[in-house]
Amino acid sequence: MTKRIDFQVDPTAYRHWKVSFDGPVAWLTMDVDENGGLFDGYQLKMNSYDLGVDIELADVVQRMRFEHPEVKVVVMQSGKDRIFCAGANIRMLGGAAHSHKVNFCKFTNETRNTFEAAEADSGQKYIAAVKGACAGGGYELALACNHIMLTDDSSSSVSLPEVPLLAVLPGTGGLTRVTDKRKVRRDRADVFCSTEEGVRGKRAKEWKLVDEVIPNSKFDATVVERAQEFAAASTKPDVAEGITLTPLDRTFHEDGSVTYSTVEVQADRAGRTVTITLKGPEEAAPDDMEAFTAQGAQAYMLRLARELDDAILHLRLNEKELGLMVFKTQGDPEAFAAHEQLLLDNAEHWLANEVLQYWKRVLKRVDVTSRSMVALVEHGSCFTGVLAELLFAVDRSYMMEDEFEGDNRPIATITLTGANFGPMPMGNGLTRLQTRFLDDDAALAACAAVKGEALEAAEADEAGLVTMILDDIDWEDEIRIFLEERASFSPDAMTAMEANLRFAGPETMETRIFGRLTAWQNWIFNRPNAVGETGALQRYGSGVRGEYNMERV
Amino acid sequence: MLDLINVSYDTQIPNNVGLSSDKKVLKALERWHPGYINWWNDLIPQNFQESMVYLRTAVSVDPKGWAKFDYVKMPEYRWGVLLAPQVEDRRIPCGEHAGELAWQEVPGEYRNMLKRLIVIQGDTEPGSVEQQRFLGLTAPSLYDMRNLFQVNVEEGRHLWAMVYLLFKYFGKDGREEADDLLRRSSGSEEAPRMLGAFNEETPDWLSFFMFTYFTDRDGKMQLESLAQSGFDPLSRTCRFMLTEEAHHMFVGETGVGRTIQATVDAMNKAGITDPYDTDKIRNMGVIDLPTIQKKLNLHYTLSLDLFGQEVSTNAANAFNAGIKGRYMETRIQDDHRLQNDTYKVLDIENGVLIEREVPALTAINMRLRDDYVRDAAGGVGRWNKIIEKAGIEFELKLPHQAFNRKIGVFAGKNFDPDGNLVSGEDYDKGITQWLPTHADGDFITSLMKPCFEPGKYASWIAAPKVGIDNKPGDFEYVKLHMA
Repeated sequence: MTKRIDFQVDPTAYRHWKVSFDGPVAWLTMDVDENGGLFDGYQLKMNSYDLGVDIELADVVQRMRFEHPEVKVVVMQSGKDRIFCAGANIRMLGGAAHSHKVNFCKFTNETRNTFEAAEADSGQKYIAAVKGACAGGGYELALACNHIMLTDDSSSSVSLPEVPLLAVLPGTGGLTRVTDKRKVRRDRADVFCSTEEGVRGKRAKEWKLVDEVIPNSKFDATVVERAQEFAAASTKPDVAEGITLTPLDRTFHEDGSVTYSTVEVQADRAGRTVTITLKGPEEAAPDDMEAFTAQGAQAYMLRLARELDDAILHLRLNEKELGLMVFKTQGDPEAFAAHEQLLLDNAEHWLANEVLQYWKRVLKRVDVTSRSMVALVEHGSCFTGVLAELLFAVDRSYMMEDEFEGDNRPIATITLTGANFGPMPMGNGLTRLQTRFLDDDAALAACAAVKGEALEAAEADEAGLVTMILDDIDWEDEIRIFLEERASFSPDAMTAMEANLRFAGPETMETRIFGRLTAWQNWIFNRPNAVGETGALQRYGSGVRGEYNMERV
Repeated sequence: MLDLINVSYDTQIPNNVGLSSDKKVLKALERWHPGYINWWNDLIPQNFQESMVYLRTAVSVDPKGWAKFDYVKMPEYRWGVLLAPQVEDRRIPCGEHAGELAWQEVPGEYRNMLKRLIVIQGDTEPGSVEQQRFLGLTAPSLYDMRNLFQVNVEEGRHLWAMVYLLFKYFGKDGREEADDLLRRSSGSEEAPRMLGAFNEETPDWLSFFMFTYFTDRDGKMQLESLAQSGFDPLSRTCRFMLTEEAHHMFVGETGVGRTIQATVDAMNKAGITDPYDTDKIRNMGVIDLPTIQKKLNLHYTLSLDLFGQEVSTNAANAFNAGIKGRYMETRIQDDHRLQNDTYKVLDIENGVLIEREVPALTAINMRLRDDYVRDAAGGVGRWNKIIEKAGIEFELKLPHQAFNRKIGVFAGKNFDPDGNLVSGEDYDKGITQWLPTHADGDFITSLMKPCFEPGKYASWIAAPKVGIDNKPGDFEYVKLHMA
């Protein structure tokens, strides 16, 4: 794959989505350009999607929150006749490498989660207005909406036909949302998920697969009415104007490195390692949210989040062999804390809220990134607040202890802030510190007690915030050996082990979607029954059925 | 002993499937029946419901018995369930099960696919009746009115045939689908028919004839391929439906032929030789040949769209499963599995029409369409004979398959009827010569005056050469009820 997949899109050049605004209601119309596939070899017929379609959707959802805070209800609908969305493009999946399929599913899941959470996080409620066939990934789009409306024209239906049709599973949380979110009885869910044609009309409502079923002649009017009702009932404060998410300042280098204004991505392809260095603020924190809003997308805290987000996505899709991510920070911890504090103090302000919610999402994106991750707390670093969260997101962390010869940077410290104690929960619903100290309230309380203090190595070690502290004598060798060893392990074993260890604690719908379902899905994606030469996914479209090995595993 | 040839009238529903001893299905059909009658009563204008129509009814499924004629009020027509006789030791003719014994029960793994095919087929049957519901009011003769109603009642019976299969073999799901077949309605905003072509109104009688010639011929091809089904009850049902469908195409072919006859007769009488002398020709109350060509272009291309995408997964699946075959499957000399064969389909590459080899399984639709094109050409040749015999220089032609398409690789592309890709400007200029304009529609509508006197015909259409059931020219095919 030589082509770089870009996660930045120009909103004036969407190929697959149309957005229009009517006061507090936005109309989001899926109208996929058949010939607009990201790769050659397939056509995106019947509103089916590939990663490119989803990248645009993610951009729409993100801009909806930052650029259109006046929007309280988003209606997702189809621009095609008799089809809502046919789901992920099968030929694309059939032709894609396993790694691409997995990354595709992961990104689409993150996008679904994002607009699903938009109501709780930002007061933007998504409605799916389903007309025509709504199958597989199409129904999963609807499932992630907060309200599903289905027309009753005796042919429009919702379905998850993956199992009978393709011998794979719905890849974006379909099974989990059917049972956990919509509370469909499990035996009915079993019928639903093994019936290719799905369920339509009143039964869809009776089985709780949709929220309402509306006579076709009244459908359009009812959707408008419902959207206006929801908008009127919304508690989201009125905001006159959003900010513009301007293009990122970034440069790609030949060797795989990328330079952003606040993030440096340094690739070492031979060592299969990438170092991501986040830079502290150079300017003073804005005085208030008015000043922050005036800075808009250039405001440091937002810029850093956007750049880190883009870097992670870029590395996931475009640099698959850089299996080890090393996180570093450089900057003034107090200056960083001041920038962060403005947001935490004004969490009620719409933009402060959006930026904090965005940080929550970016950190979750780090959590589910299937690379070995390590953080190095070096002298001169600023692991403070949300940046300290990175220490608790990665698999291991190492911290410099005492002065290093010839290193005149300020001594390494870690500072916990309010951001570490609530606003940045993981998918399991707990903070990263709660997850770290599961069942150890004393340790958690001790951390809370030192909030705001710049903790040096020994104190950080004492508080359990880092894996290991190393002085000048040991640092270089220990780090080198760790990196070399880590980069030599089987990537599959690493991915699996890390994913097992990262998400301690309770299961939530989100952890179930990512953990259980993607594990099963990825297993199926590797099994001959689906992807072998005679498997169902490979044979789809040929007319010849998949051949199954009937042995139960 | 169960008599499977002669139609049994011992239940409310005439049948040759032993319904009286199949209580479960009988009950389901009887429960569905009132809804069907309501559908029919709401559909056709009331005075026609009360009229006595000289219709044929099947009393047995062998060649001698399936066309018994008598007067009947349409709502009292005995719509029945009739299957062609079972062929002993019939084998699945195609796909991965080729050579195995045909299924007498639905195989579980293909249940959904079969059900969908039956529902789609079933949905077209009442669809066309709905499209044609107002035509009786402007019938050019009682003969034509009778033919219209014959077509209508038989389409209704075809719905019955599909509904029987749904009741008999698809349990609860089948009953729900059968109800929905009555819920959907042509052109309805609430619940339209499944295929786009069946939601367009049939505005005039020339459209009706074109429809029965071209679109019902698509129906014939679909039935031909379902008649090859490895699911034996579907095969037997479709085989019998085909005998009725042949009459519909007869109505279409002779209807267009008689329209042409009236035109050339009028031209000759007035001494007009130029078929493009439109105003003069139209002033005589007949339809000029170029307009007939335009109507032909429209209906032929709409019907080609009914075959779906040139390369189709669904068609491939259905063939491979053995539930839908090719036209005359058993007469084709190949392995009937097609897993390693290819078939040529038309495609566009850099603006040029090319033939592309694709896996034969995925080209099943295209192959059926090719068979259709050959089948449809026959009648056009016979129409040209009428023109030739009259000494007029004009030839009707089937347009190129790329012209005026809404589905498939040619959809939305500016092809002219000869298959040349032309500029948007040339297309706009040409289109009034290629497809009926609103003005053409107005003209044709102006001719649609009812002619209800026995033996008389509207100006634009000639009398048939032979009457139905060999009745004389002035036979009163419909005894109109004048309320």
